[in-house]
Order: sequence, then structure tokens, then C-alpha cells
Amino acid sequence: MAKKENKKSLLDTLGESQVWKSIIRSGIPRTRRQRMHAILGSVFLHLHPARLPKHAVKVGYTWCMGGLSFFLFVNLTITGILLMFYYRPTVEYAYTDIIDLAEQVPLGIMRELHRWAAHSMVLVVWLHMLRVFMTGSYKPPREFNWGVGVLLMTLTMFLSFTGYLLPWDQLAIWAVTVGSNMARAHPFIGHEGPGASLLAIGDINLVHIGSDVRFALIGGRFVGEATLLRFYVIHCIAVPFIMMIFMAVHFWRIRKDGGISGPL
Amino acid sequence: MLDAFKNSVDYLSNPTISFSLLTVLTPLLFPPTDWFDKINRKLRLHLLWTKTGCAISMAVITFFFAVGFLDENFSVILTKADNFPIILMFYSIFFCTWLAMHKAYINDERLEKGLKPSEYNDPDDKVLVWPDLVYIEFIALILFTVFLVVWSILVAAPLEEPANPASTPNPSKAPWYFLGLQEMLVYYDPWIAGILLPIFCVVGLMAIPYMDINKKGDGYYSFKERRVGIFIFMYGWIVLWLFLIVLGTFFRGPNWNFYGPFEYWDAHKVVALNNINLSEYFWVKLLGTGLPDNILLREFVGFIVVGIYLFITPVLLAKTVLKDMVKSYGLVRFGALMTFGLVMLSLPIKMYFRWIFDLKYFVAIPEYFFNI
Repeated sequence: MAKKENKKSLLDTLGESQVWKSIIRSGIPRTRRQRMHAILGSVFLHLHPARLPKHAVKVGYTWCMGGLSFFLFVNLTITGILLMFYYRPTVEYAYTDIIDLAEQVPLGIMRELHRWAAHSMVLVVWLHMLRVFMTGSYKPPREFNWGVGVLLMTLTMFLSFTGYLLPWDQLAIWAVTVGSNMARAHPFIGHEGPGASLLAIGDINLVHIGSDVRFALIGGRFVGEATLLRFYVIHCIAVPFIMMIFMAVHFWRIRKDGGISGPL
Repeated sequence: MLDAFKNSVDYLSNPTISFSLLTVLTPLLFPPTDWFDKINRKLRLHLLWTKTGCAISMAVITFFFAVGFLDENFSVILTKADNFPIILMFYSIFFCTWLAMHKAYINDERLEKGLKPSEYNDPDDKVLVWPDLVYIEFIALILFTVFLVVWSILVAAPLEEPANPASTPNPSKAPWYFLGLQEMLVYYDPWIAGILLPIFCVVGLMAIPYMDINKKGDGYYSFKERRVGIFIFMYGWIVLWLFLIVLGTFFRGPNWNFYGPFEYWDAHKVVALNNINLSEYFWVKLLGTGLPDNILLREFVGFIVVGIYLFITPVLLAKTVLKDMVKSYGLVRFGALMTFGLVMLSLPIKMYFRWIFDLKYFVAIPEYFFNI
């Protein structure tokens, strides 16, 4: 008997070690108190409250779509960083670097993971919106957070769109040409938009093909070298940066607006 | 037998027919009023939201794609690696819509009996996030990672020939999630289809919580309590967004002409283009004179039509049918709702004017790139 009492499992021994206790202060989360502490004491997990109403942990209610959107964003960040090691955004190298990614680089499915995760993210974000709409979770006091969510969805699609150009193949350049051509029709600030010809001093047009909003977006009169660099920077740095700020607000506001929605 | 199926699908998928069918079907599936609800019950459409309905619909979708993969024309579109998300979209969006409506119907019945929604639990009876939520998140994450890795191993990311600004592919298509916008270009000029409507779409979505003053149905699936709101959302979401994406991906071939999914993409298909502007209808066809030189005079009918649609309709509605609504909504909220609603409705209206009257533009001032 006495022998058995002294025998501790490996996990218990680990949980009482100085290293473990320095990281997770309360030891192996077994008691109620320790489990709550496991959430509250972790910088990552404390996005969650320590306790939730029962319906909030049911997949049938949440569909997991919000969490998966965030997971896909993290996933895309990691695979994206790995891709940046090999990819050079120039007309000369972009296409061949993409071929090398599949043929020369060990574990050559990074580009596939990145691309399919990106497509999935667009879908998952849409489904998250559908869930939030169908449960009426946008209603007061969550109006503002719904708006932040809509912006995040728009940014997701823009992020996916800017990434579409980077392989620099026919699919990429023409999809982006079709998309960015819309910008030339922007009222007043696109050179083929209504009102653009009114912005003129005498005979000199202020808004022309070399100065309109499309020029600003693609850095030239047509999709070329400058566009590639511009979209690369927008795709890898600018939009993810803006998105992270919006995501921080989005997650923060879930908690501040009273946690996950539910029937009263 | 199979050919007859393919031919009828090709015939039905013509935008004039498929769009009309969906437009009629949406209010029947998501009935916004008692009248539609009655027809819904009579046609037994509510059975779609039962488990059998789900199984049958899934089988129909699968059958459609199975036939598609075996067809020499449709398989060319379906096996494009970038189109796989659309197949996923069919399944996931149907299933999620079904799930939401299935749960909504259960809750509707409970609420009718005076019970609380099925999501309701005693507020004091909470669960711990560790481990009850954390492990679900962990499993979801693992499963999705496995799914992505398998997908990535099986399907290579597409890579076509190197970019060549000198050779334009026909058709050139935007990424799939933007094909709804590209499809709108058929009916509207880029400044509306590419700029105005997307902005209205984003701002309109953001404005939903401020325009929907119905306090019921917050935090649980329900349909009856919010049927008008859900119907409007579903019409915009399924018909004006998702369907246009499917249309742009599956049914648009060379020169952006319509091709049935099982039809061969013949680049030489001749499609008559005889669209006429409203000003030509008025001055040339009706009055038998030429078009006046003065632009404003030339287009005055169009301005009046658009003006009546955007500015007189809301006033008329506010004074008659929607009198009570103005009271409960207040002027600003009512105005916003009307603006977003009328702009959204302008898309199907323009589509039908194009199909029935070959109408190109209501207001056509190409001199200033101002066409409506």
C-alpha cells in the first residue's frame, strides 16, 4: 500500500517540477481552481473567459467558424513567411521561384497549403458571417463588432486578391488586370470614371491614366513590375498589419460586449 | 436519358431562367409573410429543412457534380484546381444554411409552446473553458490541418504560362469570390458594378444591426420571429452574391457569353448584341426624331426614371404602405433602409430590363463616363 502511494505518474512529477511551475504556475490543471487559472494565466488562452454558458461550447451553435478563421490567418502567416524565404517579387524571378518552390524546395507543398488555406479562409469567414446573422448575434450591444467583422471579411478578400498576382502567371496577371480595371472607373478619381473630366484646370486634366487611383494601386499604367512589388508589400505587410489591429478590436469587443451571444 | 438531363440543365441554367427561378424560390423557402408561408406549407417546401431534405439535397448536388465530372465539357471547368473551392462552397453553404434553418424551425416550435430556445441553459450552470472549449478548438484545428494537408498533397496549386501582357486569355476571369462583381459588369458600367455596388454592399452589411430594430431572435437560431430580415439577407446573399459567382464561374465562357455547364465552349458562338439606350427608345423610336445635341435634354427621361425610383418611391411608400414602419423606424433609419434596399433591388431590375427590353442604359452619357 505505502509503496503505491509514493508512486507518482510521470505527469505529476513533471507538474511539480520547477520548470513547469515557472511556466504554468498552478501545476497540472486538475481542480476547478487550477483549470480556471490555466485560462486566466495564459496570455494566449485568456482571449477566452474562464467559464462559458453551456451552449457556447456546442459546435452546433458556433460551427467553430470564428475560431477557424483565426486559425487560418495564423496558418497563412506561417506558411506565408516560409514562402517569403524563396520568393522574389520581380518580373525576372517571380515565376521561376514559384516553380522552384514545387520542384526544388523540400516539403514542396507550402504553396499549396498557402493557396488552399487562403481559399478556405474566404469561405470560412463567409460561413462565420452566416452563423452570426442566423443567430441574430449582431443585435445590440454587438452592432459595432458586426461592423468590424464585415471590414475583416472585406480585408480577407482583398488579401486573397493581392496574393493572386504573386505567382506572375497568366492566371494571376489577367485576374488582377480585370480586378484593377474597375478602379479606373472610380467616380472623380479614376480616369474613366464619371466626373473625372470635370477635375481639370483649363485644358489640363488632373485625373488621367498616369495619376488616377488605378495608377496608385498598381503603380503604373498597366499591371507590371511595379504592381508586383506593390501587391507583394500590400499582401505581406500592409493588409495583415491592418487586419491584426481589427482582429484585436474584434476579439476584445466580443468579451466587452458580454461574451458570446446567447438566449436570455 | 443522361443527355436529356444535361440538355435541361443547360437550358435551365440560362441566367434569364435560373435567376428568375431563384428569385421566385427564395421567398418560398424563406417566407417573409403569411401568404408565402401558406404556399411554402402547401408545396411542402419546409420539408427541405428536415434531415431527409438535407440528405436528398446533398444527393442531388453530388449527382450533379458526378455527372459533371464525367462530362467532357463540364469536367474541364470542374477540374480546374481553383474551382474546387466553389464545389466546397456548394456543400458547405447548403449544409450550414440547412443547419441554421433546421435549428430555427425546432426553436420556432419551442417558442410557440412557450418554451425557451434549445440553446438556453441555466445561466448559473456554466462549463469551464479548460478543458471543455479548449479541446474542441484543438480538435477542430487538427481536423482542418489534416484536411488542408490532404488537399495540398492531392491537388497542386495551379500555375499557367508565365505572365504575358500581350496575350489576353478569353475569357479572363477574376478570382472566384469576385466573379459576382464581374458578372454585374454585364449589366452595369464599372463605376457602378465595380465601385458603387461593392461599397453599398460593405456599408449595407455594416448597417444591418442599425436598420434591423427587431429585438427578437438574439442569440439563438430562429426564423419566424425575424422572417422579413432573414428573407432580405438570403435574397442578397444567395441570389445576388453566391448565384452570380456560380454564374460567372460555371456559365460564362469566351467573350463572357453564356454557356450551359455541359455545353462546349465554342469561341465563335454568335450572340446578338442589340442593346438600346432609353434615350434612343424615347427620341428615335417613340418621337421619330434624332437624338438632341444637348446632353441633359437627351437624357432627361432617364434622369426622371432614376429620380422617381430613388427619391419618389421611398416617399410614396412612406405615405402609404409603410406608414407604420416610418413611425417605428424614424426618418433617418427608414431613409437608410430604403436607400440600401432600392440600390440592392436595382440590380435585378436592371437585369430584367436588359433581358426583356434589350435596354442598355437608363441614363447614357458616355461623354462623361456616366452611364446608369
